Amino acid sequence: MTTTITFPLSGKTFQQRATQEPSWVRRFLIVLALAFLTLFLFVPLISVFYEAFKKGVDVYLAAITDPDAISAIKLTLTVAAIAVPLNLVFGIAAAWAIAKFEFRGKNLLITLIDLPFSVSPVVSGLIYVLVFGLQGWLGPWLAEHDIKIIFAVPGIVLATVFVTVPFIARELIPLMQAQGTEEEEAAVVLGASGWQTFCKITLPNIKWGLLYGAILCNARAMGEFGAVSVVSGHIRGSTNTMPLHVEILYNEYNFAAAFAVASLLALLALVTLALKTLIEFRNKQHQTQRGDE
Amino acid sequence: MNNFKQHSILPGFNLALGFTLLYLSLIVLIPLSAAFIRTAELTWSEFWIIVTTPRVVASYRLTFGVSFAAALVNAFFGLLVAWVLVRYHFPGKKIVDALVDLPFALPTAVAGIALTALYSGNGWIGQYLEPLGIKVAFTPLGIFVALTFIGLPFVVRTVQPVLEDIETELEEAAATLGANRWQTFAHVIFPILFPALMTGFALAFARAIGEYGSVIFIAGNMPMVSEITPLLIVTKLEQYDYSGATALSVVMLVISFILLLIINLLQWWSRRRSARA
Repeated sequence: MTTTITFPLSGKTFQQRATQEPSWVRRFLIVLALAFLTLFLFVPLISVFYEAFKKGVDVYLAAITDPDAISAIKLTLTVAAIAVPLNLVFGIAAAWAIAKFEFRGKNLLITLIDLPFSVSPVVSGLIYVLVFGLQGWLGPWLAEHDIKIIFAVPGIVLATVFVTVPFIARELIPLMQAQGTEEEEAAVVLGASGWQTFCKITLPNIKWGLLYGAILCNARAMGEFGAVSVVSGHIRGSTNTMPLHVEILYNEYNFAAAFAVASLLALLALVTLALKTLIEFRNKQHQTQRGDE
Repeated sequence: MNNFKQHSILPGFNLALGFTLLYLSLIVLIPLSAAFIRTAELTWSEFWIIVTTPRVVASYRLTFGVSFAAALVNAFFGLLVAWVLVRYHFPGKKIVDALVDLPFALPTAVAGIALTALYSGNGWIGQYLEPLGIKVAFTPLGIFVALTFIGLPFVVRTVQPVLEDIETELEEAAATLGANRWQTFAHVIFPILFPALMTGFALAFARAIGEYGSVIFIAGNMPMVSEITPLLIVTKLEQYDYSGATALSVVMLVISFILLLIINLLQWWSRRRSARA
């Protein structure tokens, strides 16, 4: 933390003038930035809802209560309900090892955790086809035992887990590194078991970071398109997630229905952003409170 | 274990690291290695022919060219948006700040169909551009629009924290020494922001290269004209051309890894630079 030294002679009005642009420049820059954001962010967002309701509420409701849509919604929720907890456990384990201990190769491990972010979604799907597909490594064995992974739900789950691996870990690692190890060490010295230390000391400290990572992870898990599209096989009513259902409806020129299902995903995005902002706001307040003490 | 890990009284290291490595191997490393091992079954000349056919080369040119252009536009406007959000006050600023992350949260397929609807001939924006002779949807320009949308948050979110940390003392000193506002920005502020700006640019570029969902709706997907490399991989896969699809994804993976390395170096540089400032 740095402290600001205020010189008695330099009044506040002078400071502001010397380090601020003329008001016309300020106004111009604000308008330019907002124009860019309006064109590329706000208008596309609004258009999703506009197109969804263009043909009326009846068409909208019919589209989202269609049996295929319902099954897509169910599958999306199921996939997220499996992928997010798996990555939650992974995130905690990885952050515990990386943040609480010093060992060689740590930076390499952090890079490996981030790897899925830099792989194209299409490639993320393809690699699972290469392992589990009929032509893949385990393909013949799986076919013999009548286990379907590619073009079935397990493949969708695996591809989703792959693309969302880094979310929770990369949120927790810097947080737990910043918190250090003193509190946990004190607990262990006082006789707490490892599990007690984790539940009573670490978990309360990281719960907001955990939630933050889980929310972002969930948004990506529900919205993933490229990777899931490669492994799903697009079987209506069985291996279609919501984003894939949007694509099918759109390609059938059923635009109102496509945008109706898309509006649900847009709503999910907005809720995600709202929760994310709320947690950030809470953290900031928490920090200033700590700073005041 | 002696040299590998420093002593600590905290328990659970072996369990946590063991689980982390097992999970990463099963989910990430082994499947990724499948792409390389399957490609190694090809001879070098077979591989080279697959990854340099004219249609494939045209897709590289398109993917990298448009991704670069979109990342460049995002570098400029991202810096502007970060500046406006950190330095100025205007009504609704908090909401605008939160919405900058929309491209991270909005599923790419939704972004794809929304942008296509907007920029097609009868769309909200397309209807004004069409009479001017500018076609966006179903052309490379449409890909540019989609990739700009996808990469928008990266530069803002990398530059914003660095800008917040800059001490006004530096700017006061520059002003005291006679610099005008533009000189202060160009010679004092911009050099501090530059590594973060480059990091954001590289992240946006890396994301754009692999992007699939938002592009395929708006691109038109014409071979040689508006067909991106990830789509070509999917096309080959749908034709059961596994070795072709795998060879192309190895090219994409190698480029991604190089970019990841560059991004890590940039972040290291950025941290060092802002620590000194």
